[in-house]
Amino acid sequence: MQTRLFAAPSPHIHGGEKTPRIMGDVVLALIPALAVSIYALGWRVLMITAISIVSCVLFEYLIQRFLLKGRNTIGDLSAVVTGLLLAFNLPVGIPWWIVVIGALVAIGIGKMTFGGLGCNPFNPALTGRIFLLIAYPVQMTDWTTSVPDALSGSTALADFKLQYVTNAVSFDNHNFLDMLLGDMNGSMGEIGALALILGGLYLLVRRVITWHIPVAVLGTMIIFSVCAAIPMGGAMLWQMPTFHLLAGGALLGAIFMATDYATSPMTHKGMIIYGIGIGAITMIIRLWGAYPEGMSFAIFIMNAVTPLINKYCRPKRFGTK
Amino acid sequence: MRTFPIGGIHPSDNKEWSKDRAIETLELPSEVYIPMIQHIGAPSTPIVKKGDKVLTGQLIGQAVGFVSANIHSSVSGTVTSVDAYPNGQGQRRIMVVIKREGDEWVETIDRSTELKRECTLTPQEIIAKVRDAGIVGLGGAQFPTHVKLSVPDGQRAEVLIINGVECEPYLTSDYRNMMERAELILTGVEILMRAVSVERAVIGVENNKPDAIAHLRDVIAKGNYRGIEVMPLKVRYPQGGEKQLIAAVTGRQVAPPPALPISVGAVVCNVSTSIAVYEAVQKNKPLIERVVTVTGKELKTTHNYLARLGTPVSRLFELAGIPEGDVKLLNGGPMMGRAIVDITAPLIKGCSGLTVLSGREAARGTELQCIKCAKCVAACPMGLEPYLLSKLAKLQKWDVAEEHNVVDCIECGCCSYTCPSYLPLLDYIRIGKQTVMTNIRARAAAANKK
Repeated sequence: MQTRLFAAPSPHIHGGEKTPRIMGDVVLALIPALAVSIYALGWRVLMITAISIVSCVLFEYLIQRFLLKGRNTIGDLSAVVTGLLLAFNLPVGIPWWIVVIGALVAIGIGKMTFGGLGCNPFNPALTGRIFLLIAYPVQMTDWTTSVPDALSGSTALADFKLQYVTNAVSFDNHNFLDMLLGDMNGSMGEIGALALILGGLYLLVRRVITWHIPVAVLGTMIIFSVCAAIPMGGAMLWQMPTFHLLAGGALLGAIFMATDYATSPMTHKGMIIYGIGIGAITMIIRLWGAYPEGMSFAIFIMNAVTPLINKYCRPKRFGTK
Repeated sequence: MRTFPIGGIHPSDNKEWSKDRAIETLELPSEVYIPMIQHIGAPSTPIVKKGDKVLTGQLIGQAVGFVSANIHSSVSGTVTSVDAYPNGQGQRRIMVVIKREGDEWVETIDRSTELKRECTLTPQEIIAKVRDAGIVGLGGAQFPTHVKLSVPDGQRAEVLIINGVECEPYLTSDYRNMMERAELILTGVEILMRAVSVERAVIGVENNKPDAIAHLRDVIAKGNYRGIEVMPLKVRYPQGGEKQLIAAVTGRQVAPPPALPISVGAVVCNVSTSIAVYEAVQKNKPLIERVVTVTGKELKTTHNYLARLGTPVSRLFELAGIPEGDVKLLNGGPMMGRAIVDITAPLIKGCSGLTVLSGREAARGTELQCIKCAKCVAACPMGLEPYLLSKLAKLQKWDVAEEHNVVDCIECGCCSYTCPSYLPLLDYIRIGKQTVMTNIRARAAAANKK
């Protein structure tokens, strides 16, 4: 064999980071929450999740192959992540065909319409979820079907909403430890708070995400709920923020949905502004809006603001004040 | 421990391949090719012609203007040609070809190995000697050293920073110099401090070279070198970048171009350049040889050679045993080095190492779509937005790229290195930078005419 020289401009080496590996890490980080969900809600969780993932991957493949006639992109695993996150945002009792429709909206409208991974202005999984919430409100908020007896028919946030508008907030019925471990009503992926936190730590360690967005979102929510608790005083001052962090999609949204690369800002400063926006909108909806939960809408709205944030939050140029 | 303020990456340093190889003096080449441009600035004018006899250290290329550098013969012998030959990148450049006969040096050069510390010359005299010797930055930038040392009127140097960072993976020539020729470096530093009239010098060394830090400190203490401090720096690429190093050492950031290091009171020189300055000032020896690392994972042997400039790089590769199959030969290291396409090209002043990467190591991954992960933004040590600049260059939106400060780019390669979609970010940014700089110069020229 002969020696063959080849040439290209510098740099001549690469760090080895790859998109499929990043997506794989996200999938891995979601596994503990999935396990908690299966434990709490039963095997149907796995079925719904599988349907969601398979549909998302299949739709991406078909659209790329027959409509866009482009290179096969399912290998980047981003459709798997979308499928997983979409499933995590659905109640376990959801009919399977609604999941397929959600996947079609998520991938078809949320992602491929704009040119695929990295080009979508809105988080695809959220696009799917919000579509379903509007199109199938009954099925999307039905927490009773195939739920074990231990859990009642409404989410903690819905209970809270009812109490809050009647000025009768009490967290005496909520065991925060149960909420941390997954014993509460909610979408499949949002109930295992501790598992979600573990997943988030894994993503931080693997440098898939940085702390800026989750901390800004959750920090803002804490500040908001403490302020809301001030008139009530006493134990409310810690119960209110603890409740809001553990209930609903706060952790799932802050750690996994808001940090979606394509739809979040590019600079750390921008990420913090974006996170504060999400935290604030979420709490405004939770406290004063018509819906019990506002995380999806908050992220969706801030996704729309991201290009503007990118325009104004540029990195600090070296050598300037 | 200190480091520069923003961005940066941590490539594996791969220095273990050659770091323990002591400096060997390379056999004299039978023929040398000496380019008339081995520096930033105007090419020098050859002052010899075919058939001339030259001595080792004799001036053969005269600097043209202030920002330029003299070129000397690295061997004694007969000039066989003055013509255009390909350099490492395959570009044809005027070179003086000398067939070696013996090794007879110019008489005024002191070839003794005895350390000569005392220097009573004035700054102007030192700078003149540095200029005459044709010294340029040996870290790779090849910027004429006498220009750096000439502090403009109205400005004052406060600190001399000596670059012993060698953050580029694989390369160990500066490291070997620090380990084996510390006295020469430190005496050179004393001379440089005199040249720019400062009381303080800081040698920045990354803490992956603890033995070099300890050795330099030891020699400083034993030799009573005053005002010279060794500062360990936290390992991070591109710490050896001039602006990054100044920020790491002093905490001050040089303003965007055209501001120069002197604007924050700093003058920066490489450790190997310091040796060249010592030799030029104390021994009248022009820059005709340098220490060069020959390294790579698949080489039979790695080396740190003291080699005469103009030696064909093919000889150095031959001695190291280039592996078969696809390889990339680099003038420099893997982050900022340039691929060599013609191995008959000569060793030049700025070549601190020749790195051999296997095809697999240097392979570029398949380009995917940008996923806006922002890793390039976080990695950029200049506070730029590589994903955006690359896209702007691709779309040929030069004016927008200019607004986004494309000329600030130092071409360190952190962005491309870190991109999970394998986008050739720097390839496009480099084109953008060159085009914008051409545009800026054209505008300035047009403004001057008016």
